[in-house]
Amino acid sequence: MTAHMRLGFQAPETEEELSQLVVEAAEARTPLEIMGKGTKRELGHAVRAGAIVSTENMKGITLYEPTELVMVAKAGTPIAEIEAALAENDQELACEPVDIAPVLGYGPGDGTVGGLVATNISGSRRILKGAVRDHVLGIRAVNGRGEIIKSGGRVMKNVTGYDLARTLVGSWGTLAVMSEVALKVLPVQRESRTLVFFGLTDFAAVEALCLAMGTPYEVSGTLHLHAELAARVTDEELAGNGAAVTAIRVESFPASARYRTSRLREALLAYGPQLELDSDRSRVFWRDVQSLKMFQDVKYPLWRVSTVPSRAATLIGNLARKIDVRVAYDWSGGLVWIETPALADAAAVEIRRQLAEFGGHATLIRADSTIRNGTNVFQPLEPPHDALAAKLKHAFDPLGLFNPGRLYRDR
Amino acid sequence: MSTVTLPDPDRVVLARRNEVVKQLKKLAPQAVLIADLEGRRTFECDALAAYRRLPLAVVLPASTEEVSAILRFCYENHVKVVPRGAGTSLCGGATPLEDSIVLCLSRMNKVLEIDAANRVARVEAGSTNIAITQARPAKGFFYAPDPSSQVACTVGGNIATNSGGAHCLKYGVTVNNLLAVRMVMMDGEIVDLGGSYLDAPNYDFLPLITGSEGQLGVVTEASVRLLAAPKRAPVLIGFDSAQAAASCVAAIIASGIVPVAIEFMDRPAIHVCEHFVPAGYPLDAEAALIVEVEGSEDEIEYLLEKIEDIAQDYNPISARRSQSAEESALIWKGRKAAFGAIGQISDYMCMDGVIPLSALPAALEGVSLICRKYRFDVANIFHAGDGNLHPLILYDANDPGQLERVELCGAEILKLCVELGGCLTGEHGVGIEKRELMYEQFTDEDIDQQVRIKEELDPAWLLNPGKVFPILGRDALKLTIDLTRLDAGPDGAPPQGELVDEGAYIEGEETL
Ligand SMILES: Cc1cc2nc3c(=O)[nH]c(=O)nc-3n(C[C@@H](O)[C@H](O)[C@H](O)COP(=O)(O)OP(=O)(O)OC[C@H]3O[C@@H](n4cnc5c(N)ncnc54)[C@H](O)[C@@H]3O)c2cc1C
Ligand SMILES: Cc1cc2nc3c(=O)[nH]c(=O)nc-3n(C[C@H](O)[C@H](O)[C@H](O)COP(=O)(O)OP(=O)(O)OC[C@H]3O[C@@H](n4cnc5c(N)ncnc54)[C@H](O)[C@@H]3O)c2cc1C
Repeated sequence: MTAHMRLGFQAPETEEELSQLVVEAAEARTPLEIMGKGTKRELGHAVRAGAIVSTENMKGITLYEPTELVMVAKAGTPIAEIEAALAENDQELACEPVDIAPVLGYGPGDGTVGGLVATNISGSRRILKGAVRDHVLGIRAVNGRGEIIKSGGRVMKNVTGYDLARTLVGSWGTLAVMSEVALKVLPVQRESRTLVFFGLTDFAAVEALCLAMGTPYEVSGTLHLHAELAARVTDEELAGNGAAVTAIRVESFPASARYRTSRLREALLAYGPQLELDSDRSRVFWRDVQSLKMFQDVKYPLWRVSTVPSRAATLIGNLARKIDVRVAYDWSGGLVWIETPALADAAAVEIRRQLAEFGGHATLIRADSTIRNGTNVFQPLEPPHDALAAKLKHAFDPLGLFNPGRLYRDR
Repeated sequence: MSTVTLPDPDRVVLARRNEVVKQLKKLAPQAVLIADLEGRRTFECDALAAYRRLPLAVVLPASTEEVSAILRFCYENHVKVVPRGAGTSLCGGATPLEDSIVLCLSRMNKVLEIDAANRVARVEAGSTNIAITQARPAKGFFYAPDPSSQVACTVGGNIATNSGGAHCLKYGVTVNNLLAVRMVMMDGEIVDLGGSYLDAPNYDFLPLITGSEGQLGVVTEASVRLLAAPKRAPVLIGFDSAQAAASCVAAIIASGIVPVAIEFMDRPAIHVCEHFVPAGYPLDAEAALIVEVEGSEDEIEYLLEKIEDIAQDYNPISARRSQSAEESALIWKGRKAAFGAIGQISDYMCMDGVIPLSALPAALEGVSLICRKYRFDVANIFHAGDGNLHPLILYDANDPGQLERVELCGAEILKLCVELGGCLTGEHGVGIEKRELMYEQFTDEDIDQQVRIKEELDPAWLLNPGKVFPILGRDALKLTIDLTRLDAGPDGAPPQGELVDEGAYIEGEETL
């Protein structure tokens, strides 16, 4: 907190106070670092700010209608509070947002919902249920002029005017400061079952996972862990096997989940013998994945790469010829977590060179500050796209008050 | 008489019509150019047929490059552009302006690639919605958003209005199923956003483009998600009151089951549809629900049983499970033909408000009271599971005065939706129809923020102007929009939206 104090740390309690603060900052041309609890401060570039504004004191669930699958919460509401309220009604955030905090050295549990929406880091279930952004129904925020704005609402469908709410999702606090978000929530599926294959090559694994995605069995997790990473999960049998682990999850009511895994077993017989995890083990395993347990105890640079699923193994194959990598494929290959050696640029140049050919984008989730300072943490954009991004920024935050330097050093 | 005004044309541009047409022909040699009166008349309105304007010309380009050349020319020459797909917009989103060209994408209708391994379809923006699911290589897969107009409407139009459909309850609407667009900005710049991978690097433009009603760029290609097609079966449940059916919808959602679709039909809708497509809808019911689930036979059985159990609390008078694929198809055929069927017996104005589910009984009650007050009959047929109402207000377009009355009636219904915690439009868009109601839902600041984005991307307001944003309450729009262009006829009186006088402003009727 002392660093915060030196810079001037403000944690308004109401939207009006927040708006007033931004108006004052605009008048004084004081750039602001925007944060919730700051658990992701070490992700991205250092912000060149004259003061910090945190939404952590704007908290509380303002509306929760379990029967309508809607929750509205102030931006600073801790995720733990939201999860607890949902759990009481057997509901959850279906996008299964990844808990990045532990790999950045923070404890789990106290990130804010504003931070979750601002970063849009969705987890394994994204392939079936959509991203954080797909579950955002509406947002209230303060723009760079200090104006209180809203978009969307609390209903399931809405095309009234431009969709600024979903546009703000994943903008890392650089467009507007969110004060409240409305989320779609979903019932927890009663049964979770996971089929596990051991020792598949990356190519075979990605192929099997893509096949599973092409079945109508509503697969909600498709993961492949290199053996070194599999060894770090909680489940003793999986960790102790010494082989790569390929996992396919189905969630439904019990009879249906059993039926679906049996059909998947048949469809994937060619990939060798399988182990089936029951609900308890399955939940523990995917909770490990959600909190990136396999990357927590080591401190190597960690990348999050979104790419074309079926070509992911080739992409990694190319990369592995140049550098030593440990890889977790999620989203049937569409999401690749890559642990690299502590090279000067954490292999940024090589990873992005490959991506230019394969399609997709890469974010450096973890690396020490000397590496981050010399590298683009976020994917650099192509010129026409970059020009659009600059215009969008200008439309929301014309003075460039919010989080300057956070996403790209020159903006 | 009516309540919607359209912007006054720029007479300088009107006077240059011949030159504009000549240049377009030169710039886009592969395009079909329609400049004759008869041809242009085909494009003078969309499905909101009460409003018509003859455009300067209609261009149907053959490629993204041609779209780019056309937009660049229009940008440099201050010619407005109204993008158009199939013209099925129900809100006047594709209504031409007299000083605009219509840029119609319907000839760019190829399915470019079906990538089964990654479950992605890449199509040109003029492809029809149904063409994706019907593409031969997509066998076993489907594209989830299924507007009732899907045999006609285009993917570009779907993106511009963020279209939904009956099966969006489970799979989400267009924005949730879109992976990438190729888009041409007003100045002709071609931008690629997204790809066959998930989530955006940096800002996510896809939700901004989706639902922007053709005002931010012209989409020429899109990649969408394909899903493996499971077996499905509906149950048709009849109730003796609309209230009971509405309460049952809320109870199903509350139970934790997410069916693929829950469609609601009231008595007038049931009768009209059954007459049009004999699908066995319950003619003795005041309201009926089509609830569809999917999975294996056992799963379907289990879920339908649970749903019928829930329905028991609302005294259903009938419940009929579909026994075959043919029967299911027939049930859906009736539902999807509903607007057309009603259109055959009467003119109608289709509303599209959304309300929170728990307010559904109150909303239906309110709709019925409001229509009674304005002396109109109403038929309700809508996507009930996500609270998206579609009251069809029946009126006679030939009776002078009824158009204005029906619009006032519709506006009152939409205001009610907002009051109940909902919004003006769930899937049809704002267009010209609901433009002036925007302040019911938004503050000045809310609208200004949207307008600022428009101004960054299209500073001269050339792309589909006069839509989405209010042009009457213009004092509130304190931004740099050139409002004199958008508003007011002579002596400041807003021009009225009568049918266009064929002779007006049309000089040189030569066909090119
Ligand atoms: C089951 C579950 C458990 C989770 N547990 C945790 C957990 O324990 N810890 C954790 O950190 N995450 C957890 N998450 C993930 C998620 O909550 C986010 O990572 C977390 O909320 C980040 O919050 P923060 O306040 O620390 O973000 P910060 O690090 O403060 O901010 C991250 C980014 O968001 C921006 N931002 C923050 N608030 C706003 C706002 N109001 N308006 C605009 N921009 C804003 C900041 O500018 C910054 O760029 C969990 C998710 C789930 C589903
Ligand atoms: C009988 C009937 C039933 C309907 N049912 C449904 C339904 O169930 N769900 C639903 O959501 N809608 C429904 N609609 C409304 C309509 O079909 C949809 O809005 C559809 O998406 C419009 O597509 P279109 O190709 O006809 O677009 P148009 O009507 O031609 O245009 C609609 C809007 O999109 C813009 N536009 C079109 N193409 C492009 C492009 N390539 N780039 C940029 N902008 C573009 C236009 O400028 C305009 O603003 C229905 C309409 C009818 C007539």
